[in-house]
Amino acid sequence: MRRPTGQQRRLAVWRLRRAFATLVTMEVAGVERFFCERFGLTNAGLERVLGSALERHADYADLYFEFRVIQTASLEEGVVKHATRTLDQGVGVRVLAGARSGYAYSDEVSLERLEIAAGTARLIAEERGGTEALTAPATGRPRHDLYRLARPPVDTPLAEQTALLLRLDAVARAVDPAISNVLVGIGIEHRVVLMMTSGGVVVGDVRPLVRLNVTCIAERDGVRQQGTYGGGGRFAFGTLTDGRAERFAREAARQALVNLDAVDAPAGPMTVVLGPGWPGILLHEAIGHGLEGDFNRKRVSAFTDRIGTRVASELCTVVDDGTLPGRRGSLNVDDEGTPTGRTVLIERGILRGYLQDRLNATLMGMPLTGNGRRESFAHLPMPRMTNTFMLAGEEAPEDIIRSVDRGLYAVSFGGGQVDITNGRFVFSASEAYLIEGGKVGAPVKGATLIGNGPDVLTRITRVGSDLQLDEGIGTCGKDGQSVPVGVGLPTVRIDGLTVGGTQA
Amino acid sequence: MTLEDMARELVAAALGAGARDADAVVAESDGLGVGVRLREVEKVKRARQRRAGLRVFVGDSTAIASTADLTAEGLDTLARDACTLARSTAPDPHAGLPEAADLARDWPDLDLHDPALEALDPAQPLEWTREAEAAALDAAPEITNSEGSEFSSSVGQVTYASSLGFAGGYRGSHASLAVVPVATRDGAMQRDAWFTAHRKLAGLESPVSVGAEAARRTLRRLGARRAPTRDCPVVFDPESAATLLRHLAGAVAGPALYRRMSFLLGRLGEQVAASAVTVVDDPLLPAAPGSRPFDGEGVAQRRRTVVERGVLTTYLLDSYSARRLGLRPTGHASRGVGDVPSAGPTNFFVEPGPHAPEAIVASVREGLYVTELIGFGVNLVTGDYSRGAVGLWIENGELAYPVEEITIAGNLNDMLRDIEMVGNDLRLRTSLASPTLKIARMTVAGT
Repeated sequence: MRRPTGQQRRLAVWRLRRAFATLVTMEVAGVERFFCERFGLTNAGLERVLGSALERHADYADLYFEFRVIQTASLEEGVVKHATRTLDQGVGVRVLAGARSGYAYSDEVSLERLEIAAGTARLIAEERGGTEALTAPATGRPRHDLYRLARPPVDTPLAEQTALLLRLDAVARAVDPAISNVLVGIGIEHRVVLMMTSGGVVVGDVRPLVRLNVTCIAERDGVRQQGTYGGGGRFAFGTLTDGRAERFAREAARQALVNLDAVDAPAGPMTVVLGPGWPGILLHEAIGHGLEGDFNRKRVSAFTDRIGTRVASELCTVVDDGTLPGRRGSLNVDDEGTPTGRTVLIERGILRGYLQDRLNATLMGMPLTGNGRRESFAHLPMPRMTNTFMLAGEEAPEDIIRSVDRGLYAVSFGGGQVDITNGRFVFSASEAYLIEGGKVGAPVKGATLIGNGPDVLTRITRVGSDLQLDEGIGTCGKDGQSVPVGVGLPTVRIDGLTVGGTQA
Repeated sequence: MTLEDMARELVAAALGAGARDADAVVAESDGLGVGVRLREVEKVKRARQRRAGLRVFVGDSTAIASTADLTAEGLDTLARDACTLARSTAPDPHAGLPEAADLARDWPDLDLHDPALEALDPAQPLEWTREAEAAALDAAPEITNSEGSEFSSSVGQVTYASSLGFAGGYRGSHASLAVVPVATRDGAMQRDAWFTAHRKLAGLESPVSVGAEAARRTLRRLGARRAPTRDCPVVFDPESAATLLRHLAGAVAGPALYRRMSFLLGRLGEQVAASAVTVVDDPLLPAAPGSRPFDGEGVAQRRRTVVERGVLTTYLLDSYSARRLGLRPTGHASRGVGDVPSAGPTNFFVEPGPHAPEAIVASVREGLYVTELIGFGVNLVTGDYSRGAVGLWIENGELAYPVEEITIAGNLNDMLRDIEMVGNDLRLRTSLASPTLKIARMTVAGT
């Protein structure tokens, strides 16, 4: 099999010669040459396809080439049972005309297929009457190099991976004899993308992604429970083996054991303290999705027209930042070739900005923010989050817990979901405790917390100094597309969130 | 080369590369998606995908590789990669293909494919989405906006071959039309949705009826308030009741059982639900959404009663989990082209009961009628259940007012046993389906 080893593992900007504007750096070409060689394509041929996509009244066209290898290995019941390797490749052709998108993709990549795809994609332009072509305001953002690696993690020898799996099984079981089963999965992805736009931009990106998940089952006195922990990012496989993976295994076991003793969760509104890190899923659901440009352009978000208004307490400043080195949610460029950046969503409680892709930024006359992402070549880009987190406050986390007479302290979560239009969101605790008299008390069974996006952050009365980003486990789903994301949060106190337990 | 030939050749290549046994899946699909929003075309999308996946057994070790590179070189690499991977996994005495005796030998034409979906011109479905959205937008002045209407369709073929000599394939198609209107009252927005789906174009409901139903569902959410925290009966409409079936299917699936990750572990033959409840899995229903002539390992299909008047009568098993549990495979191997086979339902539904949905609502003095559930608060290891809910509050047997920002909680063990009434309104629009269900008591958390 041909692998993109020896390619440039960095952002590549290359020049389309003829009809297009030019952006040149010449160290480039690795990614672009990789695709041309793999599929027998030529620059002239690709220019012709873009030109044909732009016939009639289109504003914009782009090509998105993708090559991806995913390697997984998994352990259960003490043995490495499965290994899989998946090779995906394909190309998508997109044409934009006003609010219309035409898209065609194929996993058979040839000039002939591309011409057919361009013909389909431009159907939407032919439907439209002649109006002035719209263009998105240019971004002045710098390019990044956030995850350049000497060796793609996907080339990690399987023996190295299976050795880690076996070690983690032993680590988790050693925590307590009640641990009755351990499941560990490693997933390593190597994705090479190339974007060519009618604006003359040609951008390549090589995107590594490593993930490790541990699930432990604990059994005692006829009660069974589970604990799950994990993490990863756009970094070398070795980053996991510096002790981090062992910590994940111990955490999963600890969580399963804690849950063995869990009592029924309370039901109804109460004060909730969220621990640092992954509970930042609150931000992702409560405000992040509602600030994506598409929902606001269509005026179907609970945050429509609220820029400049107060949507959170003064203690809250929330950003989306795709430029954090090595993070799961980070990207050098989004899936439209726009460099990622740091977008302030909420500044001291005031709503400041939206997350944009090209289509929605253009139609709203707003700047690109580098949030146009897609799951793969088989999908249209949409505004998506990268790493979304709240900046640290000043309080000691212990003081925040001490300030609560009766409430819930939630430190780990499963998933969350939001209804963009009415703003209602949920997120489900997988490790939580009662707070009684300012002290952390008994663990409670998992319960869903429910709130209202434009309201919940106004109820934040204390923000800790302990900002943490999550370990790198988040996957965001929207409109059937999954993309890796990150979240982060310091310890916060929310006065009045409904807890969905069974003790009414 | 046909897809079936390709699958056979992959198996042969795997044996040539040192595998003891192998099986291969080759799938292709062509898709079309179109959408309008506020009566204007919003998108047209066309798709074409072909993939091949190969599972090999080298000794008792196994591995899977898959590829979108279907050139001769790509397929050759696939076979070698799979065998190389398998040399790194541990031997597992339970690994292997199903017994030859369990394989499908012949199968009926299940009428899963509609040629009318093959050559669909985007102009036609664009017209349907326009009609459907217009029916919603024109339903009432309070429908002020829309997330649009979308039509999508796909036609495809799946073939499977194994070193047991099995080779077979079938064509299938699917089409759906959905509308998502947005309504506003007193500055507060609500959205809901409705859709129609079928394997055949002619099986879809009319665009106008889909739009009108989407509007009705959206309008009834206007003015939603919160409900007080309390224990009360909960009625699940057919859409939300189907989500309970998804949890049940997950808990009776072989992999969850041998991993000891199911609240229904060891409960075969026991009363796990109210006697009013019978759950059937039927892969052989003609033209149904989850039908298939054989499973992901070539195993023969038949209708099975999974829960018979409350008693759990079978698990859903692929060949591996069956061997682990000392049982026969039930033909429920589910399998993506490149994934480890798992087990899951086909057409999985609660048999309709005697009650009209109106009569079920009328039986509740005070309680909740659920129309939508959000979030992931279900723990299949323990059965603990806590999800966000949207619906209507029932007062004195009538739907009184819409409610939102509430949760419902309980334990699936209790919830299944507390199913007090089963509706007569089953429709197999999706592969998991249920009539209206009433659960005697759950905890609602709100104000």
